[in-house]
Amino acid sequence: MRKAFKLQDLDCANCAAKMENGIRNIDGVKSATVSFMTQKLVIEADDDRFDAIVEEAACICKKIEPDCVILR
Amino acid sequence: MNKKQKRTRNRILVAIALFAVAYAIAELAPLATWLGSVTAALWAEFALFLVPYLIAGYDVLLRAAKNIRTGQVFDENFLMTVATIGAFALVLFPDSDPHMAEGAAVMLFYQVGELFQSYAVGKSRKSIADMMDIAPEFANVERNGELVQVDPYEVAVGDEIRVLAGERVPLDGIVIAGTSQLDTAALTGESVPREVREGDEIISGCVNLTGLITVRVTKPYEQSTVSRILELVENAAEKKARTENFITRFARYYTPAVTGIAVLLAVVPPLLLGQSWSDWVQRGLIFLVVSCPCALVISVPLSFFGGIGGASRLGILVKGSNYLEALAAAETVVFDKTGTLTDGSFNVVAIHPQAGIDPDRLLSIAAHAEAYSNHPIALSVRTAYAGPIDQQRIDDVQEQSGHGVRARIDEHVVYVGNDKLMSECGVGCCECELTGTILHVSLDGAYLGHIVIADVIKPDAAEAIAALRAAGVKKTVMLTGDRADVAAAVANELGIDEFRAQLLPQDKVAEVEKLLEDTHKRGAGKGKLAFVGDGINDAPVLTRADIGIAMGAMGSDAAIEAADVVLMDDKPSNIARAMRIARKTMGIVWQNIVFALGVKLLVLVLAAVGIANMWLAVFADVGVAVIAILNAMRAMSARE
Repeated sequence: MRKAFKLQDLDCANCAAKMENGIRNIDGVKSATVSFMTQKLVIEADDDRFDAIVEEAACICKKIEPDCVILR
Repeated sequence: MNKKQKRTRNRILVAIALFAVAYAIAELAPLATWLGSVTAALWAEFALFLVPYLIAGYDVLLRAAKNIRTGQVFDENFLMTVATIGAFALVLFPDSDPHMAEGAAVMLFYQVGELFQSYAVGKSRKSIADMMDIAPEFANVERNGELVQVDPYEVAVGDEIRVLAGERVPLDGIVIAGTSQLDTAALTGESVPREVREGDEIISGCVNLTGLITVRVTKPYEQSTVSRILELVENAAEKKARTENFITRFARYYTPAVTGIAVLLAVVPPLLLGQSWSDWVQRGLIFLVVSCPCALVISVPLSFFGGIGGASRLGILVKGSNYLEALAAAETVVFDKTGTLTDGSFNVVAIHPQAGIDPDRLLSIAAHAEAYSNHPIALSVRTAYAGPIDQQRIDDVQEQSGHGVRARIDEHVVYVGNDKLMSECGVGCCECELTGTILHVSLDGAYLGHIVIADVIKPDAAEAIAALRAAGVKKTVMLTGDRADVAAAVANELGIDEFRAQLLPQDKVAEVEKLLEDTHKRGAGKGKLAFVGDGINDAPVLTRADIGIAMGAMGSDAAIEAADVVLMDDKPSNIARAMRIARKTMGIVWQNIVFALGVKLLVLVLAAVGIANMWLAVFADVGVAVIAILNAMRAMSARE
């Protein structure tokens, strides 16, 4: 499954790169991109673990930039 | 500015005012005399500068504290916190000058820079969003005899919608009543309005300028031109350029490396060589300030985003930063002839009657003989003739496939066709100096003359080839299924380096593969090959080339799907324009990388040998970021 999410208050370009890197390393993620300019996160991942993966991704974003929220 | 930015701005202004007061007191007031001792004066200054420092930077400090808990030590909040606290802490080293003012100023400048960054990024996000503001808000549908506004999503294929003057066309369809002028500028960059009347196809996203039109919807909203374009531009940011990935990878190593050196610098010389702590700690702190990678990391995607946005305003849709990057390196451009460099429609370009024959009569005879044929050549003759065709005069028409027609017109035997047909019926015909399809006409065995039909070269094609060459393209090649002499004439007229004629569609893929190999070999993998087609029948070639460019794509789904760069209108000059935008964007990207890294490295070196101070370090961080962002924003202004 492939899904796009809006990221709110993504203020730092380097953080976006770190988030992208972190989310890519979650188990089951096929590809992930975080675009700083469009403030969008696109995840392509296994269907059966998708919700858990998004949950983990949200955690990673929060850890890297505390203000940043994934809008779902 | 949004609310959050305004709050930060006010906070910074208050902090700057307090900083000025503190600075004035520290410089001018005889604190030591008032308080009785130099040490007391120093601590008073410390307290004075701490106020603006905390007002400006308390959020940075808080975030840094949070980050330490989660183990994110190499982020800018943490680095800034350590650097500024370090500057304040130098008060504990009595042998150094006080550095509180610098600590507070570093935080202030850092916050000003951050605010500016967020403002600039927000602004360019918004201006690109505005540029792509082509989404229709509603569609007018007649329900129970009343005109109601509904969401375009709710309109089904086959429904009739009304588009009033001044409204945006919400869905793709066919005009079934009314005539009007359409403004297609938002889609194609073309400023001349397009006229539409009953029976014409109409594309969502255009603005209806003058009249009321009724449109029968042919595509649901999700498949309409507007939503496809929006999707394409939105997704462009996903495909990152090599430069962009390089920079984010670089930043991953740069920050830890510089931080590591900073620690060594602060600790090793005083411990091993017995040098002054305050001096070397200060040098380490300068390293920390410079170690933020933000200027680099922010300016590269911002430049690409700006370039893609600026191009889309001209009707040039680039599907990703990687394609913009590849386009800037295009060395070979391969064109499909028909529909790309030429109009793709056949037209009568010359009428050459024998002496004593009226050209209009020649055309009239040919048009009558071809009256029943559906061949494109016949169609073009009838279009050129334009007069009425009297079917009473025509009799006994025989099509001779591949050669022409024989017909009886006004009881005369007429042959219209190529030279083979003429020699078959024993009529001597003359050669023509023009290239194209030659249609000879004979009447009762006598030669009347010939009509030349050719595909017309687009008016801006020659200029486009010249502009490509000026933009740095080394080789232009034209592929066509047409005859060699026609291809040679077109290539010659346009100044194209090479052509390959009489190709079947599958031959085109093979030719492009050969050219790809040549291009990659020559430029050691750096030079790229772009293929330009009209998107009809050439999808395999578009995908095979490094950069597939489809033109005249307004309304052609296949082209939008297969290509990497989509030109909404069918002007070849836009290819050169797209390349210029790509080159300019790449230029800006590299200027920023070289400038930001150069300044940072310079300041690092100066700091290591003890020449640089905190102020210079702040410039190397925030100042450079601001300059890089301003430079990146130039990519957006794509002018002619």
